[in-house]
Amino acid sequence: MNLNLLFHFGRYLTLMKTTFSKPEKFSMYWKETMRQMNDIGIGSLVIVGLIAIFIGAVTAVQFSDQLSGGLIPRYYIGYIVRDITIIELAPTITCLVLAGKVGSNMASELGGMRQKEHIDAMELMGVNTAAYLILPKLIAAVLIIPLLVSLAAIISIVGGYIAAVPFGQLTDPEYVRGVRSFFVPNYVLMMYVKAMVFAFILTTVSCYQGYYVTGGSIELGEASTQAVVYSDILILVADLVVAIALTG
Amino acid sequence: MIRAENIFKSFGETEVLKDISTTFEQGKTNVIIGKSGAGKTVLLKLLVGLFQPTAGNIWYDDINFNKLNKQELRSLRMEVGMLFQGNALFDSLTVEQNVRFPLDMFTNMTKKEKLDQVNYCLDRVTLAGSNDKYPSEISGGMQKRVGIARSIVLNPKYLFCDEPNSGLDPKTSIIIDKLIHDITVENNITTIINTHDMNSVMEIGDTIVLLNLGRVAWQGTKNEVLESENEVLQDFIFASPFLQKLRKAALNF
Ligand SMILES: Nc1ncnc2c1ncn2[C@@H]1O[C@H](COP(=O)(O)OP(=O)(O)OP(=O)(O)O)[C@@H](O)[C@H]1O
Ligand SMILES: [Mg+2]
Repeated sequence: MNLNLLFHFGRYLTLMKTTFSKPEKFSMYWKETMRQMNDIGIGSLVIVGLIAIFIGAVTAVQFSDQLSGGLIPRYYIGYIVRDITIIELAPTITCLVLAGKVGSNMASELGGMRQKEHIDAMELMGVNTAAYLILPKLIAAVLIIPLLVSLAAIISIVGGYIAAVPFGQLTDPEYVRGVRSFFVPNYVLMMYVKAMVFAFILTTVSCYQGYYVTGGSIELGEASTQAVVYSDILILVADLVVAIALTG
Repeated sequence: MIRAENIFKSFGETEVLKDISTTFEQGKTNVIIGKSGAGKTVLLKLLVGLFQPTAGNIWYDDINFNKLNKQELRSLRMEVGMLFQGNALFDSLTVEQNVRFPLDMFTNMTKKEKLDQVNYCLDRVTLAGSNDKYPSEISGGMQKRVGIARSIVLNPKYLFCDEPNSGLDPKTSIIIDKLIHDITVENNITTIINTHDMNSVMEIGDTIVLLNLGRVAWQGTKNEVLESENEVLQDFIFASPFLQKLRKAALNF
C-alpha cells in the first residue's frame, strides 16, 4: 500500500514535469485552452450557481435560528454568510462539486484517448502528449475556476438574502449592513488562493488518473471515480493546509 | 534502414518475443507475417518505442533508438508515420482535421498549403471529398485509409503499418498495398507492414519476416517464399483446407 502510494506519487511528479514543457506550437495550445475554458466555465455555470444559492440560503436560515437568543445583533447574519462563504464554502464546495463534474470528465476523456490509442498516435507524431493534453486543461482550470468561485460567493450572499429577508428573519437594511461589516480583504485573497490550489489539484489528479488508464471500460469507470475521490480528499487536505498557512 | 538486434520482450511472466534479429531495408516494403497472437503488433510497437524491449537494441540507420533521450526521440518521431491496427483516428475531429493535425502541430504552412497537402493525401487514398465527415460516419475501410493519409502527411522517412488491409475488400486491399509500395519507392522510405494477408505478402513483400510463437521462423523475399521448404512457412501459407488440397494436387502432379 505504502509502496503503491509512493509509486503513484513519483509517477505523478514525472507527469507534471513533462506537462510543464515548451509547447510545440503555441497556436494549438491556445486553441485547446480556449476550448477548455469554455467547457469548464460555461459548462459549470448552472450547477455552480444552483449550489451557491443554496449554500447562502441554508447558512442564513441556520444561523438566524442559532442567533435568535438576542445576545447577538441580527445583522451579524449577513456578516456570517459573507465570511463563511468567501473563506470556506464557496471555494471548497464549488471545487468538490467541480471535481465530480470537470474532474471525472477530464479523466474519462484522457482515459478514452489512452484506450483508443489516440495518445500513442500523438506520441508517435512527436507530440508531447502530457503537455498538449494536460497543460491547456490546467491553465484553463486555474484561470476559470477562481472566477466560478467568486461568482459562487456573490450568488451565495444573494441566496442568504433571499432566504432570510422575505421571511422576516431580518430586514433588508440589517442584512446589507451585515454584509458590509468587518470586511477583511485578506479573506478574498484566501478565497482565490484556495480556488487556484483546488483547481490545480482537481485537474492534475484527474488527468493523472485518465492518462495512465489501462484495460477496458471498467477500468475507465474506475479511473473516473478515483479521479473524483482522490481530488476530493486532496482538496480537503489542502483546504486545511491553506487555512493554517494563511491565518497563522 | 531499421535493424532489430536480439530483441526480447516479456509482459510479466509471459515471454512474447524471443531473440528477434532482422533488418528492414530502406526504399522497400518490409513485411512481418505470422498468425494472430504471434507478436507482430508487439514487435511493431517495440520498433517505434511504444514498448521498451526487455533486452536487445533497435537501430534507425546508425542511431541506437533505445539510447535516445526524450527530445531526440521526439524529433526522430516526426520522421515516423504509423497506421495503428485500430486506426486511432481522433473521433472528435473531421477527416480533414485528422489528416491536418500533424501539419497544424509541427509546420508553419499557410492554411492553403495545409489544405493542398491534406487533399493530396486524401486523394492518394481515394478519399477525395470526404473532408468534412467524422470518423464515426465512414466505414472501417475508409477509416483505415484516413489513417494512412494521416501517417504520410508529413512525408515520413519511416512508415509503420499494422494490418493496413484488414477489413478491406480485395480490390481496395490491392489499391492500398500498391499505394504503400509506391510511396515507399518514390520517397525511399523504410516501410514495415504487419499482415496476415498472403496476397499483400506476394504482391509487395520485398523482404519478409515470419514470426511464430515469438521467434523468427523464416525470413527471405517474396521470390523465395514458394521455393522454401520451411514447414512453418508452408503451414502458414497453405493454411486453409482448400489451399492444402491445391498444394497436394500440385505435389502429386
Ligand atoms: N500490453 C500487453 N500486455 C500483456 N500481454 C500482451 C500485451 N500486448 C500483447 N500481449 C501479448 O502478446 C502476444 C502477441 O500479441 P500481438 O498483439 O503482438 O499479436 P499479433 O501478432 O499482432 O496478432 P494479430 O494478428 O491478432 O494482431 C499475445 O499473446 C498477447 O496476449
Ligand atoms: Mg496485431
